[in-house]
Amino acid sequence: MKHLRFLLPLVIFLGLVWFLMKGLSLDPREVPSPLIGKPAPAFSLAQLDKPDLTLKRDDLLGKVWLLNVFASWCVACREEHPLLVEFARMKLLPIYGLNYKDERAAGMKWLANFGNPYEASLYDRDGRVGIDYGVYGVPESFLIDAKGVIRYKQIGPFTPEAIETKLIPLVRQLKKEAGI
Amino acid sequence: MTPTLHRVVAAWLAALFLVFGLSAASAKEAEPAVADPVLEARMLKIATELRCLVCQNQTIADSHADLAVDLRQQVRELLQKGMTDKQIAQYMTDRYGDFVLYRPPFNRLTALLWVGPGVLLVAGLAVLVLVLRRRSRMPQDRFDAEEPEADEVPQGPRVS
Repeated sequence: MKHLRFLLPLVIFLGLVWFLMKGLSLDPREVPSPLIGKPAPAFSLAQLDKPDLTLKRDDLLGKVWLLNVFASWCVACREEHPLLVEFARMKLLPIYGLNYKDERAAGMKWLANFGNPYEASLYDRDGRVGIDYGVYGVPESFLIDAKGVIRYKQIGPFTPEAIETKLIPLVRQLKKEAGI
Repeated sequence: MTPTLHRVVAAWLAALFLVFGLSAASAKEAEPAVADPVLEARMLKIATELRCLVCQNQTIADSHADLAVDLRQQVRELLQKGMTDKQIAQYMTDRYGDFVLYRPPFNRLTALLWVGPGVLLVAGLAVLVLVLRRRSRMPQDRFDAEEPEADEVPQGPRVS
């Protein structure tokens, strides 16, 4: 073994390289949510386009649904939006929007311009429901099962791969679990 | 004094009184910047322990990000509701995870973070002690550059 000792620095160096390489592919902005596997926080919010209609979390029990946090001021949402519009056409599950810290008129205009993939949009003017859901960077999406438990969180915009490889299989599985 | 001079003096006095009287009236104590300084101080103390998740290397107390402003307001309201500092820290970790705390709790995930520096320090010291002891067992002239190499008597263990 002793004659191999000269290789030790190389081994340590390669170990360091491995850690640094690993660090390159980690995104420090992606903070795992402690809410996964926990009941979705309750809310009762007016709808974006119908201020006199409120929607509660419990109204959606029994459905597998997606909560997508968006805002008209959010640039990354614009990138994500066409994907959601297309995904909504699959009619795999209802998508509900959470219009986060936005002006009502601006939010509605945004949906009119870019298409509306949402079953309904909730209007979170002061961002309180956002805080309850631990939202820190829009867009974010929460997949909620029929029992009202958060099963998956997408931080940042959905990508076609994320929809294809993560969202769709999980939705199918959750629907099967719930017998829908 | 003539009546005209009388009037002039009276006018001056009145003017002086007006100027000083008014300024005296307007120089009241400045309004406090916040309604309740005690609450604000407590809020800031809690906020300096919380990480702003939008600009991750700032505390919620430092940050101007929208979310930080909202969370400071949230902390204020929670304090008004009578929650303790501990309960508020729990409120935040329930939503944002341990990462929101600048002093994360010790658990399975953070053990390496807490223990790591100490382990490295101890390991470094151990290596240092080993090397020094090995060196002290060597003959004095081991490092003497004057001596030709061939004169070395390898009594102690060799280093390399």
